[in-house]
Amino acid sequence: MGLINFFEKIEHKEAKTTRGKIGKTAVDAVFTFLYSPKSTTAGGVHIRDGIDLKRTMFQVMIALQLCLAFGTYNIGHQHFVAMGQYLGFIEGFHLKLIHGVIKILPIFLVVHLVGLGIEIFFAAKKGHSVEEGFLVSGPLITLIMPPDIPLWILALAVAFAVIIGKEAFGGTGMNIWNVALLARVFVFFAYPTTISGDNVWVSGFEEIAAGVTTQYGWVHGSFNYLFGWIGLDQFNSGGAIINGFTGATPLALANQGGWDEVTSVYSSSQMWWGAIPGSIGETCKPLIIIGMLFLIARGIASWRIIIGALLGSFIMGMLLNAWGATPFMTVPWYYHMWIGSMLFAIAFMATDPVTATSTNTGKWIYGFMIGFIGIIIRIINPAYPEGWMLAILFLNTFSALIDHYVFESNMKKRLARA
Amino acid sequence: MINRQNRYRIISLFLLVLVAEIASAQSSGARPQIAIYILGAAALLLVVFGILSISENLMQVEAKQLGSDTTKNNFSITPKLSELFAGPSPAYVAGQGVHKLTKGYNINLLGSASKEIKSSKAKTFAVKPTNFRGLSPIPRMLVAVGDEVKAGQALFEDKKDNRVKYVSPVSGEIAEIRRGSKRSISDVVVLADRENAYLTHDIPALETATREQIVEFLLASGAWTLLNERPYDVLPDPDVIPANIFISTFETSPLAPDLGFIAKGKGAAIQKGIDALSKLTSGDVYISLDASGEAAPAPEFTGITGARLHWFKGKHPAGNVGVQIHHIAPINSTDKVWTVTVESLITIGELFQSGQFNAERLIALSGSEFEHPCYVATHQGANIADLISDNIKDGNIRLIAGDVLSGKQVDKADFLNHADNQITAIPEGDDYELFGWLLPIKPRPSVSKTYPNFLFKNHEFEPTTNTHGEKRAFVMTGQYEALLPMDIHLQQLMKAILANDYERMEGLGITELSEEDVALCEFACTSKQPLQKILREGLELMREQG
Repeated sequence: MGLINFFEKIEHKEAKTTRGKIGKTAVDAVFTFLYSPKSTTAGGVHIRDGIDLKRTMFQVMIALQLCLAFGTYNIGHQHFVAMGQYLGFIEGFHLKLIHGVIKILPIFLVVHLVGLGIEIFFAAKKGHSVEEGFLVSGPLITLIMPPDIPLWILALAVAFAVIIGKEAFGGTGMNIWNVALLARVFVFFAYPTTISGDNVWVSGFEEIAAGVTTQYGWVHGSFNYLFGWIGLDQFNSGGAIINGFTGATPLALANQGGWDEVTSVYSSSQMWWGAIPGSIGETCKPLIIIGMLFLIARGIASWRIIIGALLGSFIMGMLLNAWGATPFMTVPWYYHMWIGSMLFAIAFMATDPVTATSTNTGKWIYGFMIGFIGIIIRIINPAYPEGWMLAILFLNTFSALIDHYVFESNMKKRLARA
Repeated sequence: MINRQNRYRIISLFLLVLVAEIASAQSSGARPQIAIYILGAAALLLVVFGILSISENLMQVEAKQLGSDTTKNNFSITPKLSELFAGPSPAYVAGQGVHKLTKGYNINLLGSASKEIKSSKAKTFAVKPTNFRGLSPIPRMLVAVGDEVKAGQALFEDKKDNRVKYVSPVSGEIAEIRRGSKRSISDVVVLADRENAYLTHDIPALETATREQIVEFLLASGAWTLLNERPYDVLPDPDVIPANIFISTFETSPLAPDLGFIAKGKGAAIQKGIDALSKLTSGDVYISLDASGEAAPAPEFTGITGARLHWFKGKHPAGNVGVQIHHIAPINSTDKVWTVTVESLITIGELFQSGQFNAERLIALSGSEFEHPCYVATHQGANIADLISDNIKDGNIRLIAGDVLSGKQVDKADFLNHADNQITAIPEGDDYELFGWLLPIKPRPSVSKTYPNFLFKNHEFEPTTNTHGEKRAFVMTGQYEALLPMDIHLQQLMKAILANDYERMEGLGITELSEEDVALCEFACTSKQPLQKILREGLELMREQG
């Protein structure tokens, strides 16, 4: 019980300086993470459900783990595929995994250091404990970034999202827009070249063009010692991108020449299983679906939003199929799930309970509109062939309005009865 | 015949056909074919749906013209969703309509009271002015310490309205008048005689008496304090005629006492009470019966005449009278209705039989911290220590007058409140738990599917009073609405109360709610919000506004 005593001693100390307050808040966050508090009910109910926000948020973290693991490996896979090495998915397993970890770990750390740092600072300022929202926002931001994102841009984006997007509105539970998507939209508008085009989705190269070579740093080098000692293949600097590799995502290809163009580069099973370039976590559809089903089964994510969004995107896809004016419009509606971040966004972004609508009727409308508008933006927007980030932020803005009309109708019903 | 809803349906149908037309005109080649098929199928579905909904409306209109009660029976060409999924009605309902409530949750706890009655050793009893909402904190005392009183004799009266008398549940000597903050009176304590001596009133003849005479009789005898007026849960105003009177004959809260057991053999008193109450309302007396059990409810309840019987089937809070009112005849903002408990009904009935105010009560001792959970026979306002002293376990225990969801925390020196029929004892939970939020050491009750509780339907939990987490802002949505079987957006209502938005509070239905109705939602709340407290603040704000 020594640890409890240590924590309790800090809990009872009164912090006077700002630094002391921040320190105390940080220790309190660790303490409540390790030990559930001993507080008892006072007034109102005498027993409380075993669920709390920590447990709820942790469910989402569990659901994201598979995507995180696959995304890490896929960073390495895309890197070597660009050089024409280890074309089989599990060939060069250790090299791909280590390259992925080396790329993702700094992103993960920067996101959490900046995000949690700001959260703790504001919690100390306001004098309440650190809330759990960032437990989910952190991994989500990591998963929706390109693997080579400059860390300073990432830090700026996270700071913007957490300060302007969340703390300015009052913290977890009060924000209007999805925090993770705000971070991405910040990068998208402030530094568009780092998150769009064909150059950003494959890591380890200055740009994607035939003959561009890769140079490994000391981190890769230190792993080379280990691999050399065991007798495995090592990282070799100077590998060049092969002729014909463009790094284009299926979306970009679909935008250029429709489904035929996509299938000339990627097979549909490749797109389904996720061995394609893209944001870190969005590529592997089966794992996203597993995460989605997990969240629905655990009662965390709203199935109404998910089904509504799928329906909306199918219907819009069909309408645009019927129109068929551009090659992108002729991509069959059921293949839109295969490409881009549609499933990931619907499973993990649209279902954020804080920024979504709160009523059941509202959830159907909200989900449907996300699917409907997401496909419109994806296909008709000429500059950037993807729409989920903008569609979800757009509907976040209107979720309160949708709810408002649901409440109004409930109030009218009650008035009519009187 | 085309009402507004159908008009939208028809317009959307035409729009869809139009879109399909345009789509097919613009299509070329084979690929979009499937889209056209699907649009066509959707249009066909909508046509069928339109026909069905028009015939549905015709059925409703026909039923209304014939004067049938559309709330009780399903006049529809399709079965209601609840009828499909809530299972068949039990045989004892005998074809009468059943309100099937699909929302709710039964919290299964260890320590339900066994059906044996022990006599109590309670020697002191108290009447608490604080039990009566709206009564001034310092009522006018009619007795002094040392006075001898009879059972049913007035102890004090309200300074604002001296017609309402607050009477002693037992005969004996006034032992003490306890005072609380600002010299308010908290308990008037009576040391009971060995044998109860009752004050006997002249009984008005029910068949011939006017409403005023009955009201006067109830006021003078003290039975008026057994009535409860909704909204706001206050003592009724003698000048206001209630729209309806509601009585729930079953409780669904955790470890709730069996009201059928309590009412055993009191059928005549219950019927007399119903006869009296039905003279007091401009509407009807409604009795709600439990259709969830395998056996029929007690014949004391099913045999009631002169009142409207409604069957309810569902999980907690289906037994709450507030939920039942919502499904029988919802409270409108200007209406006042009365609710009466079964025990109060028996007391009122016996008053009209014998002229005596008999405040005998059966109290269920329940919860994991009682040696032998059982019932004890005593009177209203009994001393808690006297009731439980030979039955309670040692240790750090929370005593609750009432159930674990909406009861009040008490200590042994306290007295029961006037409407209590249950004392619950559970362990306190003031311990740290390593990773308690992730991997609990002991099973704990939870509505959430993140615990595998739904696999163990009959497990009896032994919960503690730990909060299992810290208070947070509202994050999850739809949680309350999935547990409250009422058409109320509870989370939004809570936000309206916190924002002091009177119009929304009223519009979203605050007047239909009482603390016990939202207690289950408070239990299940992920953010550990104090819903009952917030609701009471809102109700008090509304009450002050009039």
